[in-house]
Amino acid sequence: MASIVRVQTRDFDLGAEVAALRAGRRDVGAVAAFVGTVRDVNDGAGVAGMTLEHYPGMTEKALAAIADEAHARWRVFDCLVVHRVGELLPADQIVLVAVTSAHRGDAFAACEFVMDYLKTQAPFWKKERTPQGERWVEARASDDEAAARW
Amino acid sequence: MPRRIDVLYFASLREALGRDRERLDLPDAVATAGALRSWLRERGEPWSTVLAEGRAVRVAVDQVMAHADAPLADGAEVAFFPPVTGG
Repeated sequence: MASIVRVQTRDFDLGAEVAALRAGRRDVGAVAAFVGTVRDVNDGAGVAGMTLEHYPGMTEKALAAIADEAHARWRVFDCLVVHRVGELLPADQIVLVAVTSAHRGDAFAACEFVMDYLKTQAPFWKKERTPQGERWVEARASDDEAAARW
Repeated sequence: MPRRIDVLYFASLREALGRDRERLDLPDAVATAGALRSWLRERGEPWSTVLAEGRAVRVAVDQVMAHADAPLADGAEVAFFPPVTGG
């Protein structure tokens, strides 16, 4: 049982990450994974790309705390969070959350919980490039509501 | 007892304030994260606007999300930033 978190500029491979979680195990009955990707439109404007900033040190701690909380709430084996920073383009992958468990219920719930908490608790900030210039993305009330469900 | 702390700024706050970090010696009266925010506002613009009471500014003390009443010890690392937008 482990919480594994990585913050990196490079891309990630969903299949390889899940294979690594499952390697050598026969007790895993469920893998739930979420991948967030960059859209080319947001709040009515075209998005040509974005820069993701983070708080080195705190970001990793916050992600680990969220993954640990998932372990405390559900019966899961491993919880992996990979989040990219730096320059990203539309269709690029941003974030991966993957959870292994014996059963799907725990895996689904823990995966969604980690994403919802990540959106409101982990220090990342997006700055988009639009035809009107650069703009910092505003936090959404719907994200706070999603996190409050748990 | 003198307290020296590091203050970090991120994202739109970093840009608006024109710096990403500074080291400060705190007066005795500045005992909490909230008091630090008020004290920084006394510098005038852009601080008074960027850190204004009604603005959504989050604070972390020693790399953990904190409230305004969080105490500041010598050597503390305090960060101010806007609501997060990752994922």
